[in-house]
Amino acid sequence: MDISTQNTAAPPVTDQPSDAQQKRAARGATRPGDRIFLGLSRGSGIFLLVIMAAIAVFLTYRAAIAIGKDEANFFTTFEWNPTGTPPEFGIAVLAFGTVVSSIIAMAIAVPVSVGIALFITHYAPRRIGGVIAYVVDLLAAVPSIVYGLWGVLFLVPQLDGLYGWLDDYLGWTGVFSWQGGAPRSLFTVGILLAIMILPIITNVSREVFRQVPQMHEEAALALGATRWEVIRMAVLPFGRSGIISASMLGLGRALGETMAVAMVLSPLFDIQASLLDYGGGTFAQNIASKFNEATEMGRDALIASGLVLFVITLLVNGAARMIIARRKEYSGANA
Amino acid sequence: MSNATLPDTQGKRPSSLRGATLPKWFPWAVAAGSIVLGLGISAAAGLESDIQWGLIAAVLFVLGSYGIAAKVEGRRQAKDRVATSLVWVAFILAVLPLASLIWETVKRGVKVLDGYFLTHSMGIVGDTEPGGGIYHAILGTLEQVGLATLIAVPIGVLTAIYLVEYGRGRLAKAVTFFVDVMTGIPSIVAGLFVLSLWIITLGMGYSGFAGSMALTILMLPVVVRSTEEMLKLVPNELREASLALGVPKWRTILKVVLPTSIGGITTGVMLAVARIAGETAPVLLLVWVTPLINANPFSDPQASLPVYIYLQYANSGGEGAAYDRAWAAALVLILFIMILNMAARGLARWKAPKTGR
Repeated sequence: MDISTQNTAAPPVTDQPSDAQQKRAARGATRPGDRIFLGLSRGSGIFLLVIMAAIAVFLTYRAAIAIGKDEANFFTTFEWNPTGTPPEFGIAVLAFGTVVSSIIAMAIAVPVSVGIALFITHYAPRRIGGVIAYVVDLLAAVPSIVYGLWGVLFLVPQLDGLYGWLDDYLGWTGVFSWQGGAPRSLFTVGILLAIMILPIITNVSREVFRQVPQMHEEAALALGATRWEVIRMAVLPFGRSGIISASMLGLGRALGETMAVAMVLSPLFDIQASLLDYGGGTFAQNIASKFNEATEMGRDALIASGLVLFVITLLVNGAARMIIARRKEYSGANA
Repeated sequence: MSNATLPDTQGKRPSSLRGATLPKWFPWAVAAGSIVLGLGISAAAGLESDIQWGLIAAVLFVLGSYGIAAKVEGRRQAKDRVATSLVWVAFILAVLPLASLIWETVKRGVKVLDGYFLTHSMGIVGDTEPGGGIYHAILGTLEQVGLATLIAVPIGVLTAIYLVEYGRGRLAKAVTFFVDVMTGIPSIVAGLFVLSLWIITLGMGYSGFAGSMALTILMLPVVVRSTEEMLKLVPNELREASLALGVPKWRTILKVVLPTSIGGITTGVMLAVARIAGETAPVLLLVWVTPLINANPFSDPQASLPVYIYLQYANSGGEGAAYDRAWAAALVLILFIMILNMAARGLARWKAPKTGR
């Protein structure tokens, strides 16, 4: 297993060699070719770390410049006017829009994806399941710009009726009231994001459901459980952490999604109680749509909002990775 | 089952050991019934959207199967039926938009997609006029993606080699962790980073190469992870045999380990290329836009397919000609990515290491 110990005189007997042994093992390369090759590959690894550090440093640096000039509170201001005198901008609206649209997306995508994953692994005939899994894999590769084009030219016109309906029956809640603008609000964005992250959540949960020990399922069946009871008692408990991490990966995608949101959303720098009315934007969408006419100050302000997005996605992805790492054997996420 | 034990009672009286069961066609009947009812209700209420009757039918389907099954088969079986119908509904709910996405793109894309479209640029064609093509965009995308691949593949493969063949210590752990972190970077953030470093701080102009750098950042973690997986699949006996013959480690890696896993590595690279070829946001920020052919990726703005789609939509002023071009370009992009994907998966199956799962 441990190749590099081949070069040491006595291979270590323990599974985890001590630090000194590791160093000796790595340094076992004495030929010039070996040293160059080790240097190259280690250098690549270090280069990767340098890139990450550079990303953090440069974004923070430009963001600090922008926030330093910001006359309003960066986190609570409902305005985006970095070129005004005085420059005032804040991320409150963007944070609201990003969180809300992601929540809608997750609320739709997670149950549906788990359903498809179950369909592929437990309900569909084996061969059909394989074909569907393959197609879902392919769909994960459809670029977001195409989803955006489809969303704005096909999905949006379809949603008029649904919006009116929600307004008629659920308008009293305030959350689903609708003033009658084109259906290009956060709710539509949530639906589109849900469609976009379906494939990835499905793929990961499918892998997890595949790994459920056959014994557990057969035991449940032998006790007379129906198929649903097998799933509830054997499959879902086993796959819970996998589903959670799959959802987090999907959430990471939804948070950072740019072009599709920029095309579909009709942004308004304000917060509305109703999801169906214009109001809110997302971090990524705001960057893409404001970038065109941004001055240097404007660009720095956008970079500052990008930094916030970066930190949020880091936290979400980190949480997902931690859950995966804790139960490593279920991980299907090696993409 | 009852056939084997009680052949003569089949069909005459229900076995006392089994509860009443609904016939096999029951779910299909309920599905058909609820679709008809859904259509009826929406026609009666004058609902105009397809989504509405679909949702009504879905709800009717789930409730209907529960109600009837609960009456005939009992609560537990009914719950099972509900779960089954919910899974089916979820499947259909998801397949419909995805199928519609592909269908719409193909249907609207083939309208203007021809040889002329593929070999001409938008140089003299106004945004709202018909005509023009995507030659400049294809050229730009190929160059940007090619450059990114040229940078990302050596670095990514070497990093993976380091992690699998050498890495034991803290550095390897850090690299593994940050590769994971990098996987989750939103593309727009990668774009902003290159913007702040290359364009704002170093004062360089917009160029295809700037876009390539952002694409490299997006591609690197994918290449590292997939190569890592493939190298781990190479049997240790091969390495040991080579080392035992006195072959230096670096030659062992170059001549034994890499050739064994080259199929899988290629697959990973192709999937990574497919992933970055559709990236729009960083290209929009860094390469800027142009309707002209620019074959030099190192200076001046270039076009690219995803950005072309976006521009045709955004600058169209609602004109049909521009939308047609956008759909056609989307179709070309999807075809490119799908072919890469399928080729990659085919290659993976064909060249899979023998010890694979």
